[in-house]
Amino acid sequence: MKYGLQFRDVFAAWESILDGVWITLLLSALAMVGGLVIGIACAAARVYGPAWLRRIVGTYVEVIRNTPLLVQLFLIFFGLPSFGVRLDGLTAAIIALVINLGAYTTEIVRAGLEAVPKAQVEAGHSLGLSGLQVFRYVVMFPALKAMFPALASQFVLLMLATSIVSQISVEDLFHAASIVQSRTFRDFEVYTVIGVLYLGLAFAFRGLFAGIYYWAFVRR
Amino acid sequence: MIREFGLIDVMYLIAAARWTLALTATAFIGASLIGIVIAIARILPLAPVRWVAAAYIHIVQGTPLLVWLFVIFFGLPLAGISVNPWIAAATAFSVYGSAFLGEIWRGALVSIAKTQWEAGASLGLSLGEQLRHVIVPQSIRVAIPPTVGFLVQLIKNTSLAAVIGFVELTREGQLTAAGTYKPFAVYITVAAIYFAMCFPLSQWSRSIERKLDVAR
Amino acid sequence: MSLVEIQGINKSYGSVQVLKDVSLDVAKGEVVAVIGRSGSGKSTMLRCINGLEPIQAGVIRVDGTQVNDPATNLRKLRQEVGIVFQSFNLFPHLSVCDNITLAPRVVKKQAPQAAREVAREVLARVGLEDKLDAYPSQLSGGQQQRVAIARSLAMRPKLMLFDEVTSALDPELTGEVLKVLESVAKEGMTMILVTHEMGFARRFGSRVVFMHEGRIHEQGPAAAVLAEPKTPELQTFLSAVLH
Repeated sequence: MKYGLQFRDVFAAWESILDGVWITLLLSALAMVGGLVIGIACAAARVYGPAWLRRIVGTYVEVIRNTPLLVQLFLIFFGLPSFGVRLDGLTAAIIALVINLGAYTTEIVRAGLEAVPKAQVEAGHSLGLSGLQVFRYVVMFPALKAMFPALASQFVLLMLATSIVSQISVEDLFHAASIVQSRTFRDFEVYTVIGVLYLGLAFAFRGLFAGIYYWAFVRR
Repeated sequence: MIREFGLIDVMYLIAAARWTLALTATAFIGASLIGIVIAIARILPLAPVRWVAAAYIHIVQGTPLLVWLFVIFFGLPLAGISVNPWIAAATAFSVYGSAFLGEIWRGALVSIAKTQWEAGASLGLSLGEQLRHVIVPQSIRVAIPPTVGFLVQLIKNTSLAAVIGFVELTREGQLTAAGTYKPFAVYITVAAIYFAMCFPLSQWSRSIERKLDVAR
Repeated sequence: MSLVEIQGINKSYGSVQVLKDVSLDVAKGEVVAVIGRSGSGKSTMLRCINGLEPIQAGVIRVDGTQVNDPATNLRKLRQEVGIVFQSFNLFPHLSVCDNITLAPRVVKKQAPQAAREVAREVLARVGLEDKLDAYPSQLSGGQQQRVAIARSLAMRPKLMLFDEVTSALDPELTGEVLKVLESVAKEGMTMILVTHEMGFARRFGSRVVFMHEGRIHEQGPAAAVLAEPKTPELQTFLSAVLH
């Protein structure tokens, strides 16, 4: 018997799918904000901090970047209850995503800070600016501009990576797929539709970031 | 019956890591074969070919790896190709990896000065000969650090194959955690094994990158 | 029959026209020095002759073969037209020997041993026979440029193009390269050189072509043109370069 593709049942479940899109957007937005805050703090600590702090931040970055997000997620969701810390799926997911993204963001922000030539900083100091003023008027803008593209693509990768929170039963877009699949038994169609939706989200994020970049760095 | 999490379980986990490495190696070979085609297609002086390759990269990099795993796992049987988790995972990771390697290698190819292409052309070399004898040998040096860096991503991402039931390190960890009720100890061990595989590669990638920077 | 015939060529980058109705004939054995300010179109004209730059109108023929004809096999043409660049453009990953023998082996299918003999011979002509197995990074700028000339000679071209080959060199290194050019000229090679070396142009050029704003503004026998420029533009140019 020839298999005919059928998308009607899948589209009938649009409400579950839309709920999933919201959770995915929420997770992504929270992780991006949290990851950025951690990244900036850790990068500052890594560039300007004392040696012991630099070493701690360095260890955090290396450990996170050399282990899978899925295992980090499992550790927080399944592992922490051993110590009496019981988190619901959504909280565990947000924590895991923030910690994970924070490590990558740290490296990107640090590279951005280091991309500003030392001579620029020296020129600022020799004009009599204070350390903070040099940062505010000399370092910040070119550093932001240098790190923005890498940050944007890391954020898009993170948005796509949020799909794995479905593995601890968070009801995101990918989880919606498995619900619709169990209702319709249209595996291939479901995952194709979900894939196209993720693609749309990825394009939307890329467009948004490109817009921000243009608005902040090109227009002026 | 609940058993203890002991040394024997650690040994089993380490043994399962060989499937992580086997999947990584298979996917890397598959991704390289497609990736080199994509990279070259992206720089050919033929606009439609460049567009197709660019679209391929955008689509693959714009969808989650999990979706590729599921689409291939459920989709290939519809096309009459029976797949086990091993083939599905190897295929999905090859597709996923090819887009990233394609971009990395395109970057390495375009980093070679245009005058090198011209010097080759002026000696009567064809486009293919210029690539093979002049451009590719020089771009390999540039490509090695990011390629090794991507290998680390690939090792970590093979953990997702656990989701379609392929028994590698993470899946073995899930099974052990379920059997011993010691999830924290198990996942810490799993994380440590991943770290032991990835960290040396990360360091290596960074050290060759530094050497390249000095050489310039 | 002329070896190189250029008839009424036009070339633009976008809206900027860099070559305007340029015509030039070069006979076999001639040594033509092309001079002019930067941006006058002289390098562009040179690069058009071996098809590195496409043209929008006109005809270029080398040894009777039309360069700007889509049916022309540029690869075959380029085996007969050597070009040496300002920035040497040696292949940094290959030894001197491999730089020289790459095209003979790959394009002309010479046996490696025979190709190596050719490399030895052309290196001797540029005075670098001891550098056969060195790498470009181990050579001075002047030596690299001499290897680049040897690399072109190894293809046994009928015509050689030189694009400001001494401009990237420190003054004390230009002499050794000019000496090589001199000997190539004396062997009877047809040469077109874009150059700022007026002394070389005067002594070895059979003809000087002055380009100005995309056109050939003045030309004639080397000694005469340089000694008695007719147009005010060439007079200004010459007094500027000869300080």
